[in-house]
Amino acid sequence: MSSTVLDYSKEIPVIEGVPTAASLDEAIVKPINDFPQRNWFIGLAITGTMLGIGGISLAWLLWKGVGIWGINQPVAWGFDVVNFVFWVGIGHAGTLISAILFLLRQKWRTGIARFAEAMTLFAVLCAVQFVIFHTGRPWLAMAWLFPYPNQHGVWVNFTSPLEWDVFAVNTYFTVSAVFWYIGLIPDFASLRDRATTTIKKTTFAVLSLGWRFSNRHWQHYERAYLIMAGFATPLVLSVHTIVSFDFAVSVLPGWHTTIFPPYFVAGAIFSGFAMVQNVLIVTRKAFKFEHLITMDTIEKMNKIMLVTGTMVGYAYIMEFFIAWYSGNATELFVFINRATGPYWWAYWTMMTCNLVAPQLFWSKKIRTSLLASFILAIFVNIGMWFERFVIIVTSLHRDFLPSSWGMFIPTMWDFGLLIGSFGLFFTLVLLFVKFLPAIAMAEIKAVVPGAQPSHPSHNGNGTSH
Amino acid sequence: MEKKLYSINAIYHTPNDILHAAKAVKDAGYTKFDVHTPYPIHGLDDAMGLKETKLGFVTLAAGILGAVGMISFASWVAVKDYPQVIGGKPYWSWPAFVPVTYEIAVLLAVLGTVGGMIVFFFKFPNTSHPLHDTTFMKKVSSDKFGITIQAEDAQFDEKKVRDLLKTTGGEVEAIYYSDEFLNFKPNTFDPKFILLLVGISLATSAGGYLYWNKVLYLPPFDWMVEQPRFDVQSATDYFEDGRTMRLPVEGSVARGFIPYPYKLGVNADSVGRFLVNPLLNTKATLDLGKRKFLTYCSPCHGNFGNGDSRMNGQFPNPPTLHSDKVRLWPDGAIFHTMTVGQNVMPGYQYQISREERWAVVKYIRTLQRAYNAKESDLQ
Repeated sequence: MSSTVLDYSKEIPVIEGVPTAASLDEAIVKPINDFPQRNWFIGLAITGTMLGIGGISLAWLLWKGVGIWGINQPVAWGFDVVNFVFWVGIGHAGTLISAILFLLRQKWRTGIARFAEAMTLFAVLCAVQFVIFHTGRPWLAMAWLFPYPNQHGVWVNFTSPLEWDVFAVNTYFTVSAVFWYIGLIPDFASLRDRATTTIKKTTFAVLSLGWRFSNRHWQHYERAYLIMAGFATPLVLSVHTIVSFDFAVSVLPGWHTTIFPPYFVAGAIFSGFAMVQNVLIVTRKAFKFEHLITMDTIEKMNKIMLVTGTMVGYAYIMEFFIAWYSGNATELFVFINRATGPYWWAYWTMMTCNLVAPQLFWSKKIRTSLLASFILAIFVNIGMWFERFVIIVTSLHRDFLPSSWGMFIPTMWDFGLLIGSFGLFFTLVLLFVKFLPAIAMAEIKAVVPGAQPSHPSHNGNGTSH
Repeated sequence: MEKKLYSINAIYHTPNDILHAAKAVKDAGYTKFDVHTPYPIHGLDDAMGLKETKLGFVTLAAGILGAVGMISFASWVAVKDYPQVIGGKPYWSWPAFVPVTYEIAVLLAVLGTVGGMIVFFFKFPNTSHPLHDTTFMKKVSSDKFGITIQAEDAQFDEKKVRDLLKTTGGEVEAIYYSDEFLNFKPNTFDPKFILLLVGISLATSAGGYLYWNKVLYLPPFDWMVEQPRFDVQSATDYFEDGRTMRLPVEGSVARGFIPYPYKLGVNADSVGRFLVNPLLNTKATLDLGKRKFLTYCSPCHGNFGNGDSRMNGQFPNPPTLHSDKVRLWPDGAIFHTMTVGQNVMPGYQYQISREERWAVVKYIRTLQRAYNAKESDLQ
């Protein structure tokens, strides 16, 4: 990357240097077999404390009920739904990287795909806890969420966006988990054959299901991977679309807009890439994966953030324009109130972080700087959290009748659960990078220079790597 | 432990070598051979002569099952089993079922593909294959490429196979196995396994019982179980008589209720003169009377009013209803007796409604007529 003029006639190598397959194994398995570094334990202590704060907030929530939160009429949806939408959005980057970029034959995804998929799972877990606990009595929630035959003769309402959401998020989590596990099977088999202790060997043998690297299996395996990528692509678009229906299908000014589905999906990818970027830069440094997760990969992630950030910014402005253009006085009031009302600071935080900050990525110097990428990704994360806050709270706090106007003031328990969700997410990430291969071994070996036959003896092979 | 030959293997170092070797083995006519590579190699399927995978059909079937199943289920719920008017829309608002249908179709398609692949295409889980835990496997799981030609192959000849693999440039070795190892299968009826299943089922039942019946009634989950209100038939300190249930104010009468003015002990014959049966002799009246008679009267009076009780002497038998006394009573006298009782017979005004009692009187009259039929009735 030192030269300023790129030769676009050649594909940029996915990984730097020409490592042998064995040395790749070595690098990837090292964190799993070695005793963790001191920094890992410091990190775990910090995230564990955050998780503990979340645990205490959760216990108190279960004891007292949702009244401990700042929610009330007219703002009945507060941090719970803000955090849910935020975390579900984070998850979308993983599926985008593992499925959409796979279908588009973007080989640079290989180094970060496994990682991003794991983050999808963890983010969806973080999201799901908020929707479960905001039901009030979650131990009975199964009865309201899932259609099952019961003695009351009652069924769920299949025409409700909230019920669509239950189906979408559950399907999304299940499919992501299966996709992730299928990708891990050959790596589990590699770990099995490299295991140093009986416990590890037995565990990985069971998890690998007995994988033998047989080409008669690879043949079906690759097709299954392709099919799953094909399904996960529309699925990931449908999930945040359905999340946006939670708002768009209502008749509340500020929510009732048709731009919501594409705007939410773009925002989800935007925030997800920012989160992946943050975690990626730290892991890359900590485990010395610089040659596997290259600067080129990070730059490409920044470019996607620039694109999606601009799309989101367009949506913000277009929403405002349509509020005026529609001639609907209530709609226009809601949007002017967003920018100048009591929550003006949230609105302008969102605008600065989401619309202005990513524009800095136009500069090649900034998007190839690790520090700048890291800081801007944090800005994007903050901005995207505030986007959901702005959409939910500012639309609700000014009801149709001025006598019903109110304010949302979060309590310490709101913040406790928010901190707890970050604790859960980063704890799971830390455990993941320690106990499972953070980079897909079988996939990265296949994209090393010289990994494929130089003169294929046959044409028209259907394989996809 | 007798060792059998599983296969002759060869290890190669480059993808080009394995591609040529696979082609050579296929061209030599072997069918039971396999190629093991740490990652999928382009062109190997063709070199091995593998047919296109049929996995896509499994996906298609599972996806169609999910889509059709879900939209049928949602339609059945919305139209037949639990019809609700929501937002003024028709019951069968099928566009609103599209999101859930789509999600379930994707879910089943993916689970079907993966489950079908693992179970039917791979025959997994299987961790007792002869190749497992061999140096051959350890090489191909890292950075080498291997071929195995199995001893099961029809034209297998150890020397010829070794020669063939050597000419392709591989490092040849052999894999042996013992039957004991290969045929190792968990015994379903192993007492330990059965015990484990029993243990799991007991633990699940106990957990479920504790959760649904105990945990949900512990604080803080019990705030709707303990409510500050009076339950029926319970005691209280609040009222002087110690009961939660209150009596109506003296003299109050329920809507539609006509009080019966005559008390027990008044001569039935004399009361009967003031009461007239308001019902007509219709089939509906007689059917109603018969049903009530068989329910409330027949245990003591017998199915035909003969006084042949079914109580086996636990209760004194009543006299027959076909006596001259009862036959010559006016309807009102029978009605009065039924209402307030007589001797050991209790009154039935709380069990049998006013109208039903008059219907029973009609039915008793029918029985009496049937028992004392005249010749002329036959005509």
